Amino acid sequence: MALLTFKGGVHPYDGKELSKDRPITLCPPKGDLVYPLSQHIGAPALPVVKKGDRVLAGQKIAEAGGFVSAPVYASVSGTVKSIESHMTPSGNKVESIVVEDDGLYEEAPSFPVKPLSEMDRDEVLQLIREAGVVGLGGAGFPTHVKLSPKEPDKIDTILVNCAECEPYLTSDYRLMMERPEKIIGGLKVILNIFDRAAGYICIEDNKPEAVEIIRKACKNESRIQVKVLKTKYPQGAERMLIYAVTGRKLNSSMLPADVGCIVDNCDTVCSIYDAVVLGRPLLSRVVTVSGDGVVSPGNFECKIGTNVNVVLEAAGGLKEGAEKVIAGGPMMGVAMYDLDVPTVKTTSAITCFMHDDVKSSPVTACINCGRCVKACSEGLVPARLSQFAEKGDLESFEKWHGMECVECGCCSYVCPAKRPLAQMIRNTRRIAMAERKKRGGK
Amino acid sequence: MNDLRNVSSSPHVRAQESSADLMRWVLIALLPASLFGIWHFGPKALFLIVLTVLVCVAAEFLYEKGMHKPVTVADGSAAVTGLLLALNLPVSAPWWLAVLGGVFAIVVVKQLFGGLGQNFMNPALAARCFLLISFAARMTDFTYDAVSGATPLAAMRAGESVDLVSMFVGTTAGTIGETSVIAILLGALLLLWKKVISIRIPGIYLLTFVIFMALFGGHGLDPSYLAAQVCGGGLMLGAWFMATDYVTSPITPAGQIVYGVCLGLLTGVFRCFGASAEGVSYAIILSNLLVPLIERITIPAAFGIARMKRGKKA
Repeated sequence: MALLTFKGGVHPYDGKELSKDRPITLCPPKGDLVYPLSQHIGAPALPVVKKGDRVLAGQKIAEAGGFVSAPVYASVSGTVKSIESHMTPSGNKVESIVVEDDGLYEEAPSFPVKPLSEMDRDEVLQLIREAGVVGLGGAGFPTHVKLSPKEPDKIDTILVNCAECEPYLTSDYRLMMERPEKIIGGLKVILNIFDRAAGYICIEDNKPEAVEIIRKACKNESRIQVKVLKTKYPQGAERMLIYAVTGRKLNSSMLPADVGCIVDNCDTVCSIYDAVVLGRPLLSRVVTVSGDGVVSPGNFECKIGTNVNVVLEAAGGLKEGAEKVIAGGPMMGVAMYDLDVPTVKTTSAITCFMHDDVKSSPVTACINCGRCVKACSEGLVPARLSQFAEKGDLESFEKWHGMECVECGCCSYVCPAKRPLAQMIRNTRRIAMAERKKRGGK
Repeated sequence: MNDLRNVSSSPHVRAQESSADLMRWVLIALLPASLFGIWHFGPKALFLIVLTVLVCVAAEFLYEKGMHKPVTVADGSAAVTGLLLALNLPVSAPWWLAVLGGVFAIVVVKQLFGGLGQNFMNPALAARCFLLISFAARMTDFTYDAVSGATPLAAMRAGESVDLVSMFVGTTAGTIGETSVIAILLGALLLLWKKVISIRIPGIYLLTFVIFMALFGGHGLDPSYLAAQVCGGGLMLGAWFMATDYVTSPITPAGQIVYGVCLGLLTGVFRCFGASAEGVSYAIILSNLLVPLIERITIPAAFGIARMKRGKKA
């Protein structure tokens, strides 16, 4: 059988061998823990504690600020030191709750849970919402919203995104190797909400060991199947994943639910399991620390709020002269200039490089070679879009479908003139979206 | 750990390949044709090749220095232009013709329009056409080894028969680099293998041309006539090395097909109905002018967009 895939994409060096065989180890927190109130897409959470309060591990410290929002929990026990603006890995300052760890790890009681078969849809969704589960793959979209489509009966496909196409990342791989039962269990929770749907666990073919383990683990599950995908970046992009598995295409104005699909990341599904089956809120996540700029790459279970410097220490620390530290992977991650930031729900990795490709590749003139066109998974012409972007020609930008860009970065990656195409297109998309909002329509 | 680290917008990694690498592959791919030209036409061909390349590189260097622009000769594009221009000269051309052509290609066609990536015509071909119009007699004097040579295409026009094998090997009259089909194909295969070019433009070009000649060439499907037309003149060099010039060809996949069809049709029209037996150079630079229009009508449908439209109609 031909492997499932899509048109376009690139094959960057994936660096996964650095950390793929390092089992998940606990990263003990050190110092204060910082909980930004906005670790998700949507309204910021609202604090329910004040300075001086004592909190327990697993205690809610901020509640959801709306339907599209998610609560935040303390991941250690200690005292609320302050509520102040703090830098996050994405480079923004966000109102955050700072907790001084007392080192006791006193736990708050878990949620009362019932067997899955005795819960109805709303009870399950309520648990997921209460637990603060958001898309842990990077977007941070509140999971309960994703699981509440307008027409739930039209959902026929649940995809667990274990593609992990981003170079260097191995956290999903380790979860598959070490905690397959959580992935299957979490998926069963979702399948329980959508009784017409089939579940697919989607894995790239460069992870045969994981495919093997997950296949074994879901042998007796009639509604769950493993789908093996061709290894290619950005296979894990939502639209590409849906297309590869179902052949359905969606554009920027559609949601996966419009084509009957729901896609959740591997770690997210594990958190759903924790929330609904174990009654535990989202307190930690698996973070890959990798790259040639870190002493001993590995995968770490980090409590949300742990300082990035502490996580780096757990991996032996940065090497002398490391040029770049990225929150996330090299293709879509955000370069950090300040490492005094907390690990947040969407921090899937910290990638450290001794050598910065971008700085050492001078930008030259576009020679119109078309490599960006070939690499674009969305079928766009990045070379033209970036020209329109430079000229500020929004009309042509939209006519050439610039709004369809998913910012995967393939165009910048392949460009022989080393032009920052993705960056120019990204900026112009932001401007065009702001313009649309100003005009009042969508 | 208070020192600020490098920041930039994602992605943070870049593929190895640079523009200069691509130009280097084109130069390497032109080696077989150049070496054959030197072997076939003698040391004068070597002289013209070296001279034209040096003139082009020097012209770019001096222009950029004079205009206080960053010097870009290291990217190899001026050398490619120089080599292509030399391969398009007859071996009998005087040295000053090569100098004039090189300066025209780099300064007028390329730099005055903004340098690499901004020229709308292939510099080497535009210079060739400029020389052809200005110095027609010298540019069409294909005398070599003291024998006045008629090119195979001219011979065919005059009703004489041509030897297909010598055309394929290249032991015929013509410009320095255009005669040997096998040497050109060798280079083209290298570029295809290295994925520097795709077969789309040259493939469609040649296919369209063959169909056109079968219809209007007056010899029907006569295979030896069609083969001679394909192997003769500047078609092979033009199709593989000049129609595929990135800067002056469409970037949209559908546009490349339209462009290939335009090239095939124009070349056919010029060869069948034109005053000269040749037509490739003019076909390519005319098609270069159509590129912006071709791109405008071939904007690719983005992922998921076409489907939505069809869905709406239904």
